[in-house]
Amino acid sequence: MAYVAVKGGERAIEAAHAWLAEERRGDPALAELSLAQIEAQLGLAVDRVMAEGACHDRGLAALAIKQSRGDLIEAAFLLRAYRTTLARFGASEPLDTGAMRIRRRISATYKELPGGQVLGPTFDYTHRLLDFALAAEGAPPPPAPRAAAAEATMPRVTGILAAEGLMAPEPASEAEPGDLTREPLAFPADRALRLQALARGDEGFLLSLGYSTQRGYGNAHPFVGEIRMGAVTVEFAPPELGFAIELGEITVTECQMVNQFAGSKTEPPQFTRGYGLVFGHGERKSMAMALVDRALRAEELGEAVDAPAQVQEFVLLHCDNVEATGFVEHLKLPHYVDFQSELEKLRELRATAQMAGQREAAE
Amino acid sequence: MTALGYNFGYLDENTKRMIRRAILKAVAIPGHQVPFGAREMPLPYGWGTGGIAVTASIIGTADTLKVIDQGADDTTNAVSIRRFFAKVTGVATTERTGEASIIQTRHRIPETPLRQGQILVYQVPMPEPLFRLEPRLAETRRMHALADYGLMHVKLYEDIARHGHVAISYGYPVLVGGRYLMSPSPIPAFDNPKMDRMPALQLFGAGREKRIYAVPPYTSVRSLDFEDHPFVPVRADAACALCQSRESYLDEVVVDDQGGRMFVCSDTDYCGTRQSHREAAE
Repeated sequence: MAYVAVKGGERAIEAAHAWLAEERRGDPALAELSLAQIEAQLGLAVDRVMAEGACHDRGLAALAIKQSRGDLIEAAFLLRAYRTTLARFGASEPLDTGAMRIRRRISATYKELPGGQVLGPTFDYTHRLLDFALAAEGAPPPPAPRAAAAEATMPRVTGILAAEGLMAPEPASEAEPGDLTREPLAFPADRALRLQALARGDEGFLLSLGYSTQRGYGNAHPFVGEIRMGAVTVEFAPPELGFAIELGEITVTECQMVNQFAGSKTEPPQFTRGYGLVFGHGERKSMAMALVDRALRAEELGEAVDAPAQVQEFVLLHCDNVEATGFVEHLKLPHYVDFQSELEKLRELRATAQMAGQREAAE
Repeated sequence: MTALGYNFGYLDENTKRMIRRAILKAVAIPGHQVPFGAREMPLPYGWGTGGIAVTASIIGTADTLKVIDQGADDTTNAVSIRRFFAKVTGVATTERTGEASIIQTRHRIPETPLRQGQILVYQVPMPEPLFRLEPRLAETRRMHALADYGLMHVKLYEDIARHGHVAISYGYPVLVGGRYLMSPSPIPAFDNPKMDRMPALQLFGAGREKRIYAVPPYTSVRSLDFEDHPFVPVRADAACALCQSRESYLDEVVVDDQGGRMFVCSDTDYCGTRQSHREAAE
């Protein structure tokens, strides 16, 4: 019989995974990458995996990057699948980014402002010329000169505008925000949930959506009010203590976009805010997030909702790269059965069409 | 023996309880999609996470699990999911439809009729039967609430007007208990009649879309049609080359590049059992 089983087996899977392990390690004559090296020298990859994996743990993110051979979406997936098994014992106090230990802080709306502009470690203003000296491994660079640390608390640019009544205030709420990892999103989703989804959303997807709002799909007029990156304290108030204790500190990047708003029947013309916050040093992501956050506020601000970035369901249900990669890649799975039924249906439809054609020709 | 460091069935007990509550609600409202807090699973979305979550929360030590994909126990994804549960639960697994207490499936219903007490867990990619006609979930929710299914009837009507047939070959929409329009998951329309008044409990899990729905035993499941254009399940007009069955759903196997092909049962257990019976009779 000519029929050979085309369906795979356990041994094939095992062999494939062994091959994968070999490829991951690469040439065994070369030194193996250590997690400490990944954490220290591929720090922005670690930050991105923590953000999209929605789990702040540099060591685990470095492990995920090593295990995934540098495929950052696969790494985010590994981290998510680990995170989901952890017990959730409570929610931290809100982070006070106003009290951030600043490493970078810039504003595009004011040349001079309280606290000053702090460039920090940035690719901005570098010339994108390949540095061939870096290819030859050499001595570490000399220490960078640093200005004296800024004053304890840097006022936010949006706060300066709000003091003048020019920035629309965000409604305060003491309600515990929803958690989209526990309760599935329902629409319309409130802003806290939208920001949660965007914070773990894919950087590339949000970047392109944010970009589209600048090119006429969403009518945005954004200014970078402020981007700040640095360490913030994480506090937790155990119910049995009744007051907050410090758990430690994490690095985050915050972006506040200032946007025009023409006013409505109930609101005077004023600036409105787009907000972005991500784990680690994720400047591009925080900016894209802030643009998309503002676009998603169109409905509540009474603006027309006609661009993709303004449509909640479109943005929030497609920004998660772990969900997206799973569903796109599932097309690799066998679909023999569905395809067979499509074949039969297509033959049936063609036969009907052919018969109709013959009838017409005969008439 | 279960995997070190993980709870029985991978998910923690609180998550399992949350999922079982969603399942109970789904059973109470046949065909209605119940949102649930789907968790990331260690397998990718779109590869059966919803079915895995459902199975993980109902499976117990006394269960016997069968996993099929495209009707077969030996397809790679079925092998992978079966091994996952063997690792995290240590329960017995089987390829025999009759011996399983839980059958997790992708794209097929076994040919062997299921009996009372068995549970069929479907992996569902898109739980919303209306999504190709109306992608907005807020809108389809309203349509389900009002049993407003005119859009789907119009689509079927237009197919018939244009082609003479309904042009849906798999994932053919059904009405459950005379009330809710439901996606049967991408099973071939051939399998739809098996769902009607099935003695086994049918559970549907969609992980990425975070929905669970159910068809309780002996519930009516009707494929949408019109009086003058009744629903017709389609299969290849051939007999299985291995077991000669003319009743089962067949996969078409291309055997050479000269247009040669043969047909074999997609349900490997059904086909294998028939072959061994024939051999025994000979």
